[in-house]
Amino acid sequence: MRQKQKNQLVIGMGIALFLFLLFLLSIFYTPFDPDMMNAKEKLVAPSFQHIFGTDQFGRDICSRVLKGLGTTFIIALSTVSIGAIVGVVLGAVTGYFGGWMDEICMRINDVIIAFPNILLVLIFISVLGVGQNNMILALSIVFIPSFSRMTRSEFLTHRDMDYVKSARLMGVSHFRILFVHILPNTVPTILSMLAIGFNNAILAEAGMSYLGLGVQPPTPSLGRMLAESQIYLATAPWIAIFPGMAIVLLALSFSMISEGLSKGGRS
Amino acid sequence: MKTILEVSHVSVSYKEKKNVLKDISFMIKEGEIVGLVGESGCGKSTLSKAILGLLDIEEGEMIHHTKNPQMVFQDPFSSLNPRKKIGWILEEPLRIQKVPKQERKQRVEEMIVKVGLTPSHLERYPKELSGGQRQRVSIAISLIQGSKFIIADEPVSALDVTIQKQIMELMIRLQEENQLSYLFISHDLNVIYQMCDRVLVMKAGQIVEEGDVEEIFNSPKHEYTRLLLDSIME
Repeated sequence: MRQKQKNQLVIGMGIALFLFLLFLLSIFYTPFDPDMMNAKEKLVAPSFQHIFGTDQFGRDICSRVLKGLGTTFIIALSTVSIGAIVGVVLGAVTGYFGGWMDEICMRINDVIIAFPNILLVLIFISVLGVGQNNMILALSIVFIPSFSRMTRSEFLTHRDMDYVKSARLMGVSHFRILFVHILPNTVPTILSMLAIGFNNAILAEAGMSYLGLGVQPPTPSLGRMLAESQIYLATAPWIAIFPGMAIVLLALSFSMISEGLSKGGRS
Repeated sequence: MKTILEVSHVSVSYKEKKNVLKDISFMIKEGEIVGLVGESGCGKSTLSKAILGLLDIEEGEMIHHTKNPQMVFQDPFSSLNPRKKIGWILEEPLRIQKVPKQERKQRVEEMIVKVGLTPSHLERYPKELSGGQRQRVSIAISLIQGSKFIIADEPVSALDVTIQKQIMELMIRLQEENQLSYLFISHDLNVIYQMCDRVLVMKAGQIVEEGDVEEIFNSPKHEYTRLLLDSIME
């Protein structure tokens, strides 16, 4: 069991690292300009020149998948960072101090959790307007409760432990106890939450862009590309297959990482 | 002899439970080891928290004549931060007191030797230490802060008998060297008999009997004390 989990972690990290390197590469180099249209080479099947083929505008799919990977990566990263930082701080403070502040935060959390995520994001976007930044904001808000809940319950257990009392007796400030003494003890939990969050963020971005609420054309994003490929699914399936595979790989790698971290990382 | 702690007419209630402590008064003198016995749930731990200021007192007064009283906890596995090295934990109070780095290192090394460990232990994590070694570290944490008064809440009850003896001997040695005072909480009357000068017997949040160890063990006055003593004779 242990070994299997470790393998999952290693493989997951391997895939994620590989995709991350591709993303770095795409900043400096793509085989073609991802936005360049070419009327003569519409819907070309994969060949040596265009290894993933071209789409309905003659754009190189390989280049677009690379760029789209980057877009998805950045969106997922910023969503999870905002959600995690706000969620962890909120959870830490409410779990440690308790009281009325805790009550209020938890009730707000309950309200947010009671709605399906996708519905909430749709509401936020309809208020804020369509676009990449608004989608990041909406997704982050939706992610905060899961982070704050887990962190809160961790801090709740730790605040009553003797080492915290001992720190109080040393004259350590509450702030320092929260972030220097207790926080390192919650790192395994936070890490596996981050991996799950990343996974969800990737799928959410793909979903939102697919619905046309996220990344706007012509910026390539994996979800966006899937949406545009729909009509050509029967005639030019490569337009859908490659971005689809990229999403699957990305989501798979992070779900393997979270699986690998869930218990194996503790000990 | 100087008085180190005066507790007068202290009462404490929790939200769910009234009168966890009821009208408690006693004092502890310099260099004295005072035992506190009583069954579990009688308010021993609440009393120690109240003395340390970790919870609010409803009535009465607590006068400390020493600076920062410290505590050695019962469970040596939760009293040290599992994610920090022993050296870091021991250094923390000095860091808070803004002692310069060079001096900190030196004092930490001196202290770890004083409690019978070696400087190599400073590089380890709590889980790599045995229960007895952890209790030594806890004692070191109290001493490094220059505390003259230490509350020991069942410090040996989680340890093997042989280790118990070592820790008790260490505590007595340090007490003599540094003129420390202990409030030694235990339900083990044998331990109390070996360690303490004076004993407080507690029942349901009240102190029912108080006196010298010999006096209490040889001629207990209160019925409850007699009951406690009978229970270990069997």
